[in-house]
Amino acid sequence: MNNTQVNTSEQSTQQGHYVSKEQQLQALSKRLARQHWQDVVFRNSTLFFALLVLALLSGIIFSLASKSIPIFQQFGLGFLTSSAWNPVTLEFGAATAIYGTLVTSLIALLVGIPISFGIAVFLTELSPVWLKRPLGTAIELLAGIPSIIYGMWGLFVFAPLFAEYAQPLMTKYLGPIPVIGQLFQGAAMGFGVLTAGIILAVMIIPFIASVMRDVFEVVPPVLKESAYGLGATTWEVVRNIVLPYTKAGVVGGIMLGLGRALGETMAVTFVIGNTPKISASLFAPGTSIAATLANEFAEARDELHVSALMALGLVLFLITFVVLAFAKLMLSRLSKQEGSKT
Amino acid sequence: MPDIVSSAPPETKIKVDSLQFFYGSFQGLKNINLDILERRITAFIGPSGCGKSTLLRTLNRMYDLYPGQRAEGKIMMNGKNVLEKDQDLNLLRARVGMVFQKPTPFPMSIYDNIAFGVKLYENLSKAEMDERVEWALNKAAIWNEVKDKLKQSGLSLSGGQQQRLCIARAVAVKPEVVLLDEPTSALDPISTAKVEELLHELKEDYTIAIVTHNMQQAARVSDFTAYMYLGELIEYGVTDELFIKPKRKETEDYITGRFG
Repeated sequence: MNNTQVNTSEQSTQQGHYVSKEQQLQALSKRLARQHWQDVVFRNSTLFFALLVLALLSGIIFSLASKSIPIFQQFGLGFLTSSAWNPVTLEFGAATAIYGTLVTSLIALLVGIPISFGIAVFLTELSPVWLKRPLGTAIELLAGIPSIIYGMWGLFVFAPLFAEYAQPLMTKYLGPIPVIGQLFQGAAMGFGVLTAGIILAVMIIPFIASVMRDVFEVVPPVLKESAYGLGATTWEVVRNIVLPYTKAGVVGGIMLGLGRALGETMAVTFVIGNTPKISASLFAPGTSIAATLANEFAEARDELHVSALMALGLVLFLITFVVLAFAKLMLSRLSKQEGSKT
Repeated sequence: MPDIVSSAPPETKIKVDSLQFFYGSFQGLKNINLDILERRITAFIGPSGCGKSTLLRTLNRMYDLYPGQRAEGKIMMNGKNVLEKDQDLNLLRARVGMVFQKPTPFPMSIYDNIAFGVKLYENLSKAEMDERVEWALNKAAIWNEVKDKLKQSGLSLSGGQQQRLCIARAVAVKPEVVLLDEPTSALDPISTAKVEELLHELKEDYTIAIVTHNMQQAARVSDFTAYMYLGELIEYGVTDELFIKPKRKETEDYITGRFG
């Protein structure tokens, strides 16, 4: 600031105008005052926008929670454990929907993780260069398909084929196995809990695969070369070097996929069968939280029914919140690790 | 073929014969011919980009990991051309160990860092493995510093210790040849001195090829030196001769600092 003062006074004397020191100081303090004011406005308006997010979040939680009070007053915590769901007789229990959400997501993970892992390993370690880009793009495009299209495809294309070819085979070969055999018995209708899980798997594969690919790519090439340099095969390098190095990121990616699977509505509604029942067989129709909400909101007239749906929403919100928080935690741990390593 | 100083001439371990190397369409190595002798240290010097690291990476075919890179010519080792398609890469790399510019400890314990490579090709009992780990760490002159913390992560060590851990890891699988790509460029002078001392000891059992930017280092540690420039081998000979009275003008310019 001293410099500018000196410069301006020099210039003004050169030009022949004389500006008093006092005037200069006045102009300067004016400008500073204006800058200060701008600063305050800018800071506070950005703070306001940032707080808006918090307000929205807490507002949603609050309305979900307050609207679900009646159902908990009526049924207590039994609402969460009861599997009775009958809007006509005003009986509400969330267990079937929670079960459906968790089981379909679990199936999605069981099917999706190995496939995503294979895709990511192929893309980062084995793929020839000319195939890398098209494959990577295809996976990203797969992630961009609207879920209703997956639902439609699942119901009209996948389910009939699944019923005709896959389900009889499963009953034949997996059915006789004790304990888990029960899961694969019953009428081969095509739709049901298992179908919903498989459709979900297809939907989350692009997410998990692209996160895995991205974290696999941060492994320093020289670290992999060191392992190859000892005579390790690609599988040994992936298992012993790449996976331990990217553990947290891989888990984070899986959690992101899980978060999406838990909340997916349209695709599941199409193929799960929408029956509030818990069956031993995965072939049987069921329902999930999101599917129940989508199906019943328009018809919910009774306050208790609305309250039950709100409470279901709250439960879903809490489940996804926990899963996503966990994912964030894992991913931030990974970036910290990288920081210390480079 | 350089003059042999000792009375019993050492045998040629690796014979490089009219080797050409390409990064896509760019030719990184041009008609390289040289013999790397058994249980001697051969140093490769030259300005950045002259192909010395490239040459090292052809010896264990590390370039194979990257599509678009290819080598022509012959690299004979144990009577076999390792550039041939049917060469088992994992076996070759188990025989030709490599240490890199930056220390690259694996994300696992110090013990497992050493055991990792051994487990790939040998089935040792716990006691035998303990012994091998201690042996390798001793060879790399780091046993005394880490013997009380073998279960700790290899990443917890200092840079110099990490590099010696990597050398121990390369030695643990009992390779025939050890390749070192500027192994001390990321290290402080004391760690550098330790690594150089180590090379002298390793020479008794292993054939060593080292790439270095540091001419004094080449003069200190190596028996033979190769000077490379723009993908060509300019001069190759006994280290003392090459540094005292180089045969080629280009070599003299480089080692006297008039160039590079």
